[in-house]
Amino acid sequence: MNSAPTVGVLLSRVRVEEKLLLEELERRGVPTKLIDDRELVLAVEKRPELGVDVVLERCIQHSRALYALSVLETWGVPTVNTFEVADVCGNKLLTTMRLIRDSIPTPRTRLAFTPESALAAIEELGYPAVLKPLVGSWGRLISKVNDRDAAETILEHKDVLGTYMHSVYYVQEYVPKPGRDIRAFVVGDETIAAIYRASEHWITNTARGGKATKCPVTPQLNELCVRAARAVGGGVVAVDVLEAPEGLLVNEVNYTMEFRNSIDTTGVDIPARVIDHVLGVARAAQRAG
Amino acid sequence: MPKCPECDADVTVGADAVKGEIVACPDCGAELEVTSTGPVALALAPEEEEDWGE
Repeated sequence: MNSAPTVGVLLSRVRVEEKLLLEELERRGVPTKLIDDRELVLAVEKRPELGVDVVLERCIQHSRALYALSVLETWGVPTVNTFEVADVCGNKLLTTMRLIRDSIPTPRTRLAFTPESALAAIEELGYPAVLKPLVGSWGRLISKVNDRDAAETILEHKDVLGTYMHSVYYVQEYVPKPGRDIRAFVVGDETIAAIYRASEHWITNTARGGKATKCPVTPQLNELCVRAARAVGGGVVAVDVLEAPEGLLVNEVNYTMEFRNSIDTTGVDIPARVIDHVLGVARAAQRAG
Repeated sequence: MPKCPECDADVTVGADAVKGEIVACPDCGAELEVTSTGPVALALAPEEEEDWGE
């Protein structure tokens, strides 16, 4: 029989979510090792003795998460989530392409590489359109482009002031939604909970003041979100869903999900479900190894 | 009691605080990071960067 798994938690900032996850590990008596991404030096050539059976990635920086997961995966360390999931979910275009590959409804999207072609893409989709940076979160630097004057201005600013990543133009149709969107939490093969995020602003992120209320997980929502999770590689993800006039659309998938506003709202012990999954991944690797 | 490095206010930090935890200064609202717990030391938390998020 294998011994109880030791869980490594990769992080730097200990936010509410990380505290809840750590408390859950402690409550169960799971041996836990905190790995501060700011102190890491990864001698990539050879796997060191890490003393962990699985790593739960909770970095706040996408770049640190991505590259640390790449190294850990190459070393054969089981991780939640996987490098693939971080890579796909951390990039809006890669996410969109996985959703399209798996025939999951998502807003119409255009990709362009110059301000001129981006303007043509916006005009083709029609106003208002939405311009998003490929990498980013919490609604940061997302623009609703209401007319051609705004389009020209934003594109010029991105071209002149932005880093090279801002010269890859990801344009989406603006989806008229009923003052809210849906954030659904998927763990493994189940949508364990969902919330509505309501806001008078078109950006509904709770990090930006969106108010959370419970959303029932219907069979339809469960199936859509589990398919979206599988499309990006599976694991523990939060799926953002828009209620469009033509039906539900998957907008984004997040791989280091925040859930502080969703536990009381949904009555679901989200950190416990996450830890169940992490321990399951560790035990599966122990059995295989 | 630890002091806010921004405004010098007294900041109460819970006994269950862990290294890396973020607390807000009650006076000036600055985000502070617990950099050690025995005794508690506070530093200004890093500013949000472009790749931060979930």
